[in-house]
Amino acid sequence: MEQARPAPLDHSRLIRRLLVLLAAAFAFAFALVPLYNVLCDATGFNGRTGNGRSGFGVGGLAGSNVPAPRVDTGRRVRVEFTGTVMPGLPWDMRPLTVDLDIHPGELQQVSYLVRNTSNRPVTGQAVPSVTPGQAAQHFEKIECFCFEQQTLGPGEAREMPLAFIVKPEVDRDITHITLSYAFFSIEGQRQTLTRGDTD
Amino acid sequence: MSIATTVHGEHPAEHYPGGLLRWLTTTNHKDIGTMYLLFSLVMFFVGGLMILLVRAELFQPGLQLMKPEFFNQLIGVHALVMIFAALMPAATGFANWMIPLMIGAPDMALPRLNNWGFWLLPPAATLLTLPFVLALFGVGDGAIATGWTFYAPLSVQGGLGVDFAILAVHILGISSIMGSINIIVTIFNMRAPGMTMMKLPLFAWGWLITAFLLIATLPVLAGAVTMLLTDRHFGTHFFDAAGGGDPILFQHLFWFFGHPEVYILLLPVWGLMPHVLATFSRKPTYGYTAQVYGFIAIGLLSVIVWAHHFFTVGMPVPALIYFMFSTMAISVPLAVLFFCWIATMWKGSMTFETPMLFAVGFIVLFGIAGLTGLVLADVAADAQYHHSYFVVAHFHYALFAGGIMGVMTGVYYWLPKWTGHMYSERLGKLHFWLTVVSFNLTFIPQFFLGLAGMPRRIPDYALQFAEFNAISTVGAFILGISQLLFAWNIWSCVRGGPKAEARAWEGAEGLEWELSSPPPHHSWETQPVVK
Repeated sequence: MEQARPAPLDHSRLIRRLLVLLAAAFAFAFALVPLYNVLCDATGFNGRTGNGRSGFGVGGLAGSNVPAPRVDTGRRVRVEFTGTVMPGLPWDMRPLTVDLDIHPGELQQVSYLVRNTSNRPVTGQAVPSVTPGQAAQHFEKIECFCFEQQTLGPGEAREMPLAFIVKPEVDRDITHITLSYAFFSIEGQRQTLTRGDTD
Repeated sequence: MSIATTVHGEHPAEHYPGGLLRWLTTTNHKDIGTMYLLFSLVMFFVGGLMILLVRAELFQPGLQLMKPEFFNQLIGVHALVMIFAALMPAATGFANWMIPLMIGAPDMALPRLNNWGFWLLPPAATLLTLPFVLALFGVGDGAIATGWTFYAPLSVQGGLGVDFAILAVHILGISSIMGSINIIVTIFNMRAPGMTMMKLPLFAWGWLITAFLLIATLPVLAGAVTMLLTDRHFGTHFFDAAGGGDPILFQHLFWFFGHPEVYILLLPVWGLMPHVLATFSRKPTYGYTAQVYGFIAIGLLSVIVWAHHFFTVGMPVPALIYFMFSTMAISVPLAVLFFCWIATMWKGSMTFETPMLFAVGFIVLFGIAGLTGLVLADVAADAQYHHSYFVVAHFHYALFAGGIMGVMTGVYYWLPKWTGHMYSERLGKLHFWLTVVSFNLTFIPQFFLGLAGMPRRIPDYALQFAEFNAISTVGAFILGISQLLFAWNIWSCVRGGPKAEARAWEGAEGLEWELSSPPPHHSWETQPVVK
């Protein structure tokens, strides 16, 4: 069997290149996490609301960037309000205004009634989402209970206010916007909520 | 790093340990290919049994046989088993057996890695199905119940079945990556002298694209399920909205892998089709170059279309339009393949042995998968069809008629080469007709159910869906039972039968048919020269 066989090939160069591709693909998965956040902030992908800052705009008021009123009275947009209390938070919530017809550019204020149904103080955090996604970046919250964590005493009920403007730049095709809140329990270590919110 | 290459030259005679040890320690591509194929056949029946339980539950409206929790576990594990433990190992088994024979290589480039790649599969399959057994003994609440897609936040909240499935997917992924590296290195470095890339058999081309897709996208799935695991146990918030994460991100990560996965499953089948069609049409393959570029184009397009799997989550209109058009663009190279396959048969002296029947059946039924896929790619229509039985029927036309019937084509085509015996043509044809009729009986009603609005993954349904569901269940049981013919035919072919010649089919071309049937344990020790 001692025929003229080619010397055993050295495959290691090709294998090394393939392993680099493999590592790059794995790293790409994790790189997608920040990339996705950037994309969402830029496009309103996924209902993230615009309020001049990145992320969910948790903590503090964005009072300094209230836009000059420039109301587009030529059309109306219906804004609908809804909210969900996530499992683990012994609260219930409902919007005191279910829907509202507004002109884009008008400053509006509504509130939610939130009640602690347990007999102990509980802290929660609301996370907003706007549908449809392409309206999200033009939905500007001037003041919102979702900017801060909220603590309710035993059995306490509170009206939580929200002031917002639907900017006149919002697409003319959009006639309905839904603002939805998910209220999460903060018990435990949900510290990441306040990331990037030092202003 | 230096990887040992084959040492077959040192073994003049067939010389290997016998019994179980042979299979545990083998580095021979034919032995490993056989193990992959047998494993795949076993898991095909395991996954099939699960879905027959599901169809039995869906035979009538109301809950008769099982709790919804168990139903949810069955559908998810059925999909994971069929995709990762039946279809992918079958394709890898084909690659192990046939690529070295087809390109004139003595073995795969990395034989020990090859052995390891296979032996990771049984533990992974065990991990996937073990939670069913554990639940019987009161440990945990059963297998993963999220469906095969692991969507967060359901998978973040799920029971221990999710952890088992995550680890199983990790192991299956490592196995597939090792197989892919091996196949790429084999194709690039071990071709016979004179076999340029544009003389490479189309089956090897199809697998080459699959292997690159696996290396580029499986790590993304591994990353996504790793994030899921850390979300579940280590306090991260990748997919937790309360912690500033985003559950939709999981869908992007999952489908960045999940859509190419469809082509990962199908490209090896598309690669073997031209061989079968050319053989039984007794004509050369039509449009070799066009098919190669078709494979490459589909491979590239497949990684930029993922979001069409979740049009309904709420995306900006420009994104919807982009994903719609890029998805529809895939039909162009795919149509090129279809026309090449049809043109290969055109005016040929066709005969319809079992592999050819399966190949023609594949073209017709996979065509339906493609056309219904175009409907789903339409953003406006998808709002109606999303998450309905229309989707279920569509992807079973793609993955059963396209994937599994394609694998059956290959099995019947190459079985004489592997075993040295001819299988029973009569049983084979019976198997084909039972399969194709009962398959359509199962899934055509599901198109109608989907159009009428029946959602998928729900164990109960409204009364108006009862007739079509009953028909579908009858079809599914005929389909399942007729696969026993397939297993029986393979078994009797391995045991004996008329002797197969080296060129088992009259019109077969290619290096693999130059070797005896079955080929010697060590083949192509002297590489052939391709002119």
